Amino acid sequence: MSYLYATEADRRAMLEAIGVESIQQLIDDQVPKELQMNRPLDIAPGVGELELTRWMQRLASRNQGAESMVCFLGGGAYDHFIPAAVDQIAARGEWYTSYTPYQAEVSQGNLQAMFEYESLVCELTGMDVSNASVYEGATAAVEAALMCLSLDAKRRRVVVSEGLHPHTRQALQTYLQWIDGTLVVVPVHDGLTDIAGWEQAIDDKTACVLVSQPNYLGSLEPVDPLVASAKKAGAQVIAVVDPISLGVLKRPGDWGADLVVAEGQPLGNPLAYGGPYLGILACRDALVRRLPGRIAGQTEDRHGNRCWVLTLQTREQHIRREKATSNICTNQGLLALRATIYLSLQGPQGLRATALQCGEKGEYLKSRIRTSKRVELAWEAPTWRECVVRDRKGQVESLLAQLRDRGMLGGIPLADWDSKWRDCFLVAVTEKRTRQEIDALVDAIDQVS
Amino acid sequence: MRNVQSTLLLSELSKTGRSSVQLPPLDVPEGAWAGQVPSGLLADRPPALPELAEGDVVRHFTNLSTLNMSVDTHFYPLGSCTMKYNPKRNERLASIPGMIDLHPMQPAQTIQGLLELMYQLQKDLAEISGLPGVSLQPAAGAHGELTALMVAAAWFRKKGEKRRQVLTLDSAHGTNPASAKMAGWDTVTVKSGPNGLADLDDLRSKISSDTAVLMITNPNTLGLFEKQIAKICQWVHEAGGLVYLDGANMNAILGIARPGDFGADMMHYNPHKTFSGPHGGGGPGAGPICVRDFLEPFLPAPVVAFRDGSYYLDSDRPLSIGRVRSFFGNTGVLVRAYCYIKTLGGPGLREASDVAVLNANYLLARLSELLQVPHGNRCMHEFVASASEVKKKRGVSAMDLAKRMLDFGFHAPTVYFPLTVPEALMMEPTETESKETLDAFVEAWRSILEEPAVRLHEAPHSTRVSRPDDVLAARQPRTRWTAF
Repeated sequence: MSYLYATEADRRAMLEAIGVESIQQLIDDQVPKELQMNRPLDIAPGVGELELTRWMQRLASRNQGAESMVCFLGGGAYDHFIPAAVDQIAARGEWYTSYTPYQAEVSQGNLQAMFEYESLVCELTGMDVSNASVYEGATAAVEAALMCLSLDAKRRRVVVSEGLHPHTRQALQTYLQWIDGTLVVVPVHDGLTDIAGWEQAIDDKTACVLVSQPNYLGSLEPVDPLVASAKKAGAQVIAVVDPISLGVLKRPGDWGADLVVAEGQPLGNPLAYGGPYLGILACRDALVRRLPGRIAGQTEDRHGNRCWVLTLQTREQHIRREKATSNICTNQGLLALRATIYLSLQGPQGLRATALQCGEKGEYLKSRIRTSKRVELAWEAPTWRECVVRDRKGQVESLLAQLRDRGMLGGIPLADWDSKWRDCFLVAVTEKRTRQEIDALVDAIDQVS
Repeated sequence: MRNVQSTLLLSELSKTGRSSVQLPPLDVPEGAWAGQVPSGLLADRPPALPELAEGDVVRHFTNLSTLNMSVDTHFYPLGSCTMKYNPKRNERLASIPGMIDLHPMQPAQTIQGLLELMYQLQKDLAEISGLPGVSLQPAAGAHGELTALMVAAAWFRKKGEKRRQVLTLDSAHGTNPASAKMAGWDTVTVKSGPNGLADLDDLRSKISSDTAVLMITNPNTLGLFEKQIAKICQWVHEAGGLVYLDGANMNAILGIARPGDFGADMMHYNPHKTFSGPHGGGGPGAGPICVRDFLEPFLPAPVVAFRDGSYYLDSDRPLSIGRVRSFFGNTGVLVRAYCYIKTLGGPGLREASDVAVLNANYLLARLSELLQVPHGNRCMHEFVASASEVKKKRGVSAMDLAKRMLDFGFHAPTVYFPLTVPEALMMEPTETESKETLDAFVEAWRSILEEPAVRLHEAPHSTRVSRPDDVLAARQPRTRWTAF
């Protein structure tokens, strides 16, 4: 049977050394007979690698992804280019078949990579300290909010905008309901957070606000007034950003954020139908003891060599149990490694060029949409990489279905997320999309019925 | 053979002007974007990332990787983590076009193959657990615990019951009480008895009308099956509570016993452990949960369903606790789990557990000649030895022994866990190791235990670094490089 070593002779010798007749006898010693299954599992017998491969290829042939279609989908996950070196390096077994570096001496590779990841995240975001990753973007935002709620028992409100990704809002709602937290959602007008509503929503019971830049509709918020009203009320500011955008946009640390969270998928991680992705979570020094998850830190060994260890572990569940800052144990180490390799390859100029191409191609898309007879821009707000398009006929589903017939994943219907935008869809570009593809999209939109 | 480059930091390797990435020339008008953005939002300089040639990056990370022990290179008997062989075919198959390139917001009709796979995985997980309701969403075991506890909370709320307490064992993973706290419960700790199993008197005295959930690991963290589990579950149920099974040790009981049959109402799997997903230097994992039918309506939305010949995501779940993350789940990890289950099949899963139990008992039998194993001469898939006698006699700690083991080319066991065993050395060989490897491991223990104490205090001797100063790291935290 696959992956086992134990031959019949091995089994006999091992059973003899133990002093039993059979494996069943070992099991009977532990598991009461009446609790043992009295039938085999109802799962078909196994198959070999060739059969499995054929079967998986058959399943895959019934999926149409970003390799076979031209992908204009975004909404929190993006079809960016992944350099071969990312895949090749991360495919080394020493990376992906190791685990949490509990034994620092034989985990210096992982620990140094974590330290480098943390350093790069700090440089990108303008924060003082980053952990080694959490699950993905929405749970990163939840963890950041929980950190802020732990600061002051009287502040129980978490204020967000409708521009915060709907999945993040929903996850916050799910978590907050059990710990007396209140989620307050401020509406969006013409793609941007309503400033008056925002100021009104923030009070002295507000623990934190989440400012999404760009917001999930692709719009660039005028962050200064959003931050100012939070600061005035003594609330923490959590920035929700896109890591690629930081190639051109001001760092959240430079516009007043106390914590920064991001979905790290765009940094060299495949779309993979939603996961595994990378939760980026960084903060100012003052909050470091409230950070959840692993943190790698620099130290010296007994010979004075520079080296790395897991540090500040008294925050964590395996030491502090119910008093820990979070329950997180397994994180997204391999995805963080991929992000580290990706950023090392990009460098300052590469990331800047990538971010600029996303901006320019997004702007070109908008200019073409403005010429369309069938659709229009839902509003005129400054954007990056992504924008909201309104179907004048209000038949978004049928429009997108016809685009699929032409080999395009043309957008995400906003009806999935908010019924008031049911005549709208979200369209994203990356550096991978060409002028020709963008032209073809808009031409097709105007041709379909 | 020294690889100096691996131990320099990226910031130290950086040289102004080097780069690895060349984008295609911009094929749309330039400058239009920046023109529409309020200038106050733009960075005034590119981000301070290191500047490296592609060869730098490849050599750096390749050399760094060689400083890790891994399942591919070493025996890794890290108890509780199930470091079994990670099949290469699963890596390849999770990465084929049509799997790896699917966007999470694609409509169901474009991902019928993937949804069929997930639907089948839901069914297999339900069959193995004996619990019919499945959510594939949670991102890791701890996330599964928390999700299930919120499902329980929603169920009690629907019934109009106010209960405040979650019971956890003193031998449990730290995630159990930490998850309970995040779901808004108070935790009450139940003691283990001298036999390593839950202390039934203590447990019974702590079950009350305020008990919402008992969280229990079975087999437990000592590798022992809780023989009274059926009675324990019955007590909790009689008090109106629910039983949560921490599925960390499912590798011991596949096809042997089912949590749903022995009384658990909810559980999580760790597919990266039980179903051979790679651990990735800390993650990713996944944490799918299974629950009884009456809890199923409270699972996070969506779940994969089948109707009129096609698969779809069922989001119409009015009683659902809501989302616990973005998008569908850690799909890549779940695809690997599916490939593993498909490769082994029902009989193969059972055989994997059988051999995991055989390997652990063989190692236990041979090692108990050398080390004290406080909780009997039999176990399931793992066991916990104690170095407390060695410590008393010779001043050598579990950590000293673990560190010296690294010099012999074996990863150390889990040390100082569970908390109920002094100087704990927790060993889980898994089914994918040979008798020869286990024998060599035993011989390494024999040598180590005969060595002078000073040799052990200063171990490891063959690694690039030895005994990093944890106190220094925590007292003056340096968690990033400064300026370059």
